[in-house]
Amino acid sequence: MSSDKIKQENVRNFSIIAHIDHGKSTLADRILEKTKALTQREMKEQFLDAMDLERERGITIKLNAVQLRYSSPNKGEDYLFHLIDTPGHVDFTYEVSRSLAACEGVILVVDAAQGIEAQTLANLYLALDNDLEIIPVINKVDLPAADPDRVTKELEDLIGVTKDEVILASAKAGKGIEEILEAIVERIPSPIGEPEDPLKALIFDSLYDPYRGVIASIAVKEGSVKVGQKIRMMQTGKEFEVNEIGVFNPKPTPKNELTVGDVGYLTASIKNVGDSRVGDTITRVDNPAPVPLPGYKRLNPMVFCGLFPVDANNYNDLREALERLELNDSSLQYEAETSQALGFGFRCGFLGLLHMEIIQERIEREFNIQLITTAPSVIYEVVLADGETVTVDNPSLMPDPQSISEVREPFVNATVMVPNDYVGSVMEICQKKRGSFVDMQYLDDNRVNITYDIPLSEIVYDFFDQLKSQTKGYASFDYDLAGYRASNLVKMDIWLNGDTIDALSFIVHRDFAFDRGKAITSKLVELIPRQQFEVPVQAAIGNKIVARSTIKAMRKNVLAKCYGGDISRKRKLLEKQKEGKKRMKMVGSVEVPQEAFMAVLEMDSDD
Amino acid sequence: MITSAYIHIPFCHKICHYCDFTKFFYNPELADQYLDALENEIVTAVGTDKRQMKTIFVGGGTPTALSYEQLERLLKMIAKSFDVEAPLEYTFEANPGEFDEKKLALLKEYGVNRISFGVQVFDDELLEKLGRNHRVKDVYDSLRLFEKQQFENVSVDLMYGLPGQTYDQFKKTIDEALALDLPHYSSYSLQIEPKTIFYLRHKKGKLHKPVEEEEARMYELLMNEMNQKGVYQYEISNFAKQGFESKHNLTYWNNDYYYGFGAGAHGYLPGERTVNIKPLNQYTKKGKETGLPRLHVEPVHYKEEMEEQMFLGLRKTSGVSMSEFENRFGRSIHSLYSSELDYLKRKNWITETEDNVALTTQGRLFGNEVFAQFLIEDEKLQ
Repeated sequence: MSSDKIKQENVRNFSIIAHIDHGKSTLADRILEKTKALTQREMKEQFLDAMDLERERGITIKLNAVQLRYSSPNKGEDYLFHLIDTPGHVDFTYEVSRSLAACEGVILVVDAAQGIEAQTLANLYLALDNDLEIIPVINKVDLPAADPDRVTKELEDLIGVTKDEVILASAKAGKGIEEILEAIVERIPSPIGEPEDPLKALIFDSLYDPYRGVIASIAVKEGSVKVGQKIRMMQTGKEFEVNEIGVFNPKPTPKNELTVGDVGYLTASIKNVGDSRVGDTITRVDNPAPVPLPGYKRLNPMVFCGLFPVDANNYNDLREALERLELNDSSLQYEAETSQALGFGFRCGFLGLLHMEIIQERIEREFNIQLITTAPSVIYEVVLADGETVTVDNPSLMPDPQSISEVREPFVNATVMVPNDYVGSVMEICQKKRGSFVDMQYLDDNRVNITYDIPLSEIVYDFFDQLKSQTKGYASFDYDLAGYRASNLVKMDIWLNGDTIDALSFIVHRDFAFDRGKAITSKLVELIPRQQFEVPVQAAIGNKIVARSTIKAMRKNVLAKCYGGDISRKRKLLEKQKEGKKRMKMVGSVEVPQEAFMAVLEMDSDD
Repeated sequence: MITSAYIHIPFCHKICHYCDFTKFFYNPELADQYLDALENEIVTAVGTDKRQMKTIFVGGGTPTALSYEQLERLLKMIAKSFDVEAPLEYTFEANPGEFDEKKLALLKEYGVNRISFGVQVFDDELLEKLGRNHRVKDVYDSLRLFEKQQFENVSVDLMYGLPGQTYDQFKKTIDEALALDLPHYSSYSLQIEPKTIFYLRHKKGKLHKPVEEEEARMYELLMNEMNQKGVYQYEISNFAKQGFESKHNLTYWNNDYYYGFGAGAHGYLPGERTVNIKPLNQYTKKGKETGLPRLHVEPVHYKEEMEEQMFLGLRKTSGVSMSEFENRFGRSIHSLYSSELDYLKRKNWITETEDNVALTTQGRLFGNEVFAQFLIEDEKLQ
């Protein structure tokens, strides 16, 4: 009801952008508290991050938009705020850009000790793309390592703000919050747009609810929408009848109408999130808008891997889990896959590695299915001898080397921001990852922005981990896709006890094939426990063996220790041994633990 | 009827790098308080009447780390609750060089008739690496005292699979131990357990046990050497001359009941396995409050009891008696474990004689693989 009384000039739509751990969620909590959106009892730390997984990883995956009412002491008037939350990871850049498109301003949160990082920069550019007003906030100023003067200087250099515009805050201690709220009122413009024009509502998030179907988060840019009206998704052309509209304050609260400047939700018995894509524009069937809002992009997965149930009986459960997750996540793709080694499973596509890990974890946790995951792969373009081009997202399906005339792989333009001292280490990693140097820029006396072209497949492996460890965590990293290029790539097969294990095949640059083959065979020897017979582990390109190692036969496994009368201890040991066996997969005659199928990912970590 | 008792004395003058038993540096006041609490626990458990016991085992720690007076108090306390004239086997653990003739005479006076002697290796360098308090010379000095006090039933503990220990070094230890011509030997492979110095080093990658092949060879050597000298193997880690098998340890393998007294001690009473609190002050405090200083009690149901009958019994060379099993549980081993027995026989890991199921020589090396087969899936009994 409150929104009806507040005029459009007093509406403020904004977002908070920040690097992971710079305090975005805590700031959001403080704003919620100050605007009395939550009663004390409801106040849970970090209200906006709803899923357990998000909370544990300290990142936001799904977006939220909260309506808040704020009485400005300076203006003596009431304001309606819509705080639109954004995910904080490079895998979700597109979602960030769409939620920013729903705003007129952003609060840019920068850690007082760490300063601006590559991800913050990336999101800042998105904000600039959308022509948004930027309120710079330096957070955690009360920490001992804080250096607000240096960070202010960074902000002055970077976005040309003046010192007075920068707000010093400590979200944890509640410092600077009033100032931020007033700045929102003062500096962020109210939404423009005519309530009488044809409806244009931007979908910036889409969530599946088993009872109501898809709940689309929308920002009304033009016109208005009411319950019962017929609407059309302008990109997919699908039409629906509106069942419910409302706002989150922060609990969902139904309304009769949403009009220009409003940010809220809409349900219309939409059965699949694919029919309500993030970035699409909703219009009314009776009075359609001629052109949709700009910026729509269909998201395509970039990273693929096989997901197989450890217990073959769980195949149908896994299919159901994926169906359920897909309802909620239109960027998740999957299709049935059969592996000789792992049996029936699914080939799944993800936006990035984090997205992949999140899906895996949700399947294991929420659906209680033990998974075996194969090493992630990118999509390769293979030009065959007859001139035909095929795409390959599964290394085991790479065509025969004789029939290939060229293999192309996706490259990214990677930007690494790092303190001066680590430039050498970063360049070394990038070179090792087959990167080619593009550019290097000093941002200030100490910080450098290094740009490299690197094959995506190298990023998908342990690039980020290596970067973190080689720079003591100082480096921050972001990337953009930069198209396909030809590379000298070959498929490497792994043979266990003489049998090819398709799930372990991977694509590798020919120059690295020998080293990788050696590394993965020794890694597998480490990961696969001794069996009752000797197991040769070989790496091969075609029929040529490039590396060989051996898992020795088990010689002794008996507890010959005096535990006094501690029988429980003996029992636990035996139970653990039995449980461990259950988590392994019989591949031919060899028992292989789950970790082994990811071995290809870890093999660089030791050198 | 419970006729065995284990009594734990958790004090040491030096703590070994591999030891994860309940142990503390010896301190006279703490030891006094501990004996108070121990007495309280024993009396609470068995009452004031004297009990007839078959075996009593006093272990540690280092029981002889106690002062002469404290040791006498301990022996009196035991004599008050248990008939020490009667037990078939009354063992004290003792470490080389850590007791004098006076203490030994005291043990003799109070009826102790067996010594479990912590020799570990005949190699000063390795003893140092293990953090042991003694040297090889102490072994011989102590043995002379045993002889003087007429302790004939002496068992020696030996360790293998130690970091830096070679096959030849272990052979030397076995030879030297067998040359003593004692009636009983136990030999354990080193386990690296959490909360020990060795574990810390192991985690940092600075401790290397011999590889599996080497350890297996050491174990095979041990079994061969013992057998050749007529010291027969009656359990995975235990060897004895005929008639000198440890009756106390057989209580464990026979799945019979025993009291566990003292900090961190484990007991097995009808239907439950008991575990006492480890930290001394809490052990003392809880004992005062509730009588029994339990950390927890794990129920042993029908299913667990059968499993334990198998995986404990199979540790013995004689194995598990099928008729005893049937008498105890009202069902036959074959009805419960037919597919497991078939599998293990095919692997040549177990054999069946008229009444017994037992490990083969080969099976002994893979004992854990065999034992795990006898854990019953929950569904199976329903």
